[in-house]
Amino acid sequence: MPMKLDAYLGVHATALKVRSQRTEVIAANLANADTPNYRARDIDFKAALAEAGSPNAGVHLSTTRAGHISNSPVNGVPAGELKYRVPLAPALDGNTVDTQLEQAAFAENSVRYQATLQFLSSKFRGLMTAITGQ
Amino acid sequence: MSSFKIFDIAGSGMSAQSVRLNTTASNLANADSVSGDPAQVYKARHPLFEAIRAGLGTNGANAGVSVKGIYENPAPPTARYEPGNPLADVNGYVYAPNVNTVEEMVNMISASRSYQNNVEVMNTAKEMMLATLRLGQ
Repeated sequence: MPMKLDAYLGVHATALKVRSQRTEVIAANLANADTPNYRARDIDFKAALAEAGSPNAGVHLSTTRAGHISNSPVNGVPAGELKYRVPLAPALDGNTVDTQLEQAAFAENSVRYQATLQFLSSKFRGLMTAITGQ
Repeated sequence: MSSFKIFDIAGSGMSAQSVRLNTTASNLANADSVSGDPAQVYKARHPLFEAIRAGLGTNGANAGVSVKGIYENPAPPTARYEPGNPLADVNGYVYAPNVNTVEEMVNMISASRSYQNNVEVMNTAKEMMLATLRLGQ
């Protein structure tokens, strides 16, 4: 029976993708820490993962007129999961980036990314053990 | 692969912060460049930052930062009474730039910290990608 590699890897492959997208969003927040009127954003990880793993992934509202709001993915992130952060103390210039908070989120995200990598790595190692029988 | 964009984003941040550091250096260097003509005197320069993206619905997931332009502080220069100065005008006044040294020092520290932040982001992203390349080994 042919084995389904995607099913074997489980949620980790999708999680790795969402984590790397989240890294990008937080990197953008940090790069714009001094940009007037920039609003910090983040990915709702739980919702994004659920959306990516659901059978409805890839189903989107069609936009037939110019004023319609699309919910199609933005660079692979479902548009609904990319949310604005609620600022604790917005700056006078309209910037809502809290550098310390973003740094913490970035560190947390990269540790979790590496944890996911470890999971994937051990999955592959298990597979190699099964193949070689050693 | 999408995570290569992190290098663009962090790189744009570093470039913008170094422009800011440059203007600060220029302002501090010229803090005492007096002139006899208030129209000729140096004016403090500051960069204007802008996020490179259209909006949430279009291509908004990643936003670098760009320098929209550099504006000169329109505040009037400070007049100082120095009749002995060879640059003084007929009334004995020289005009000093409207550079606020304390503000510039604060700007310098802030720019340098933000630059370091972007460097760290880039380093971490690089390590994460290298770890991904080693996957399964």
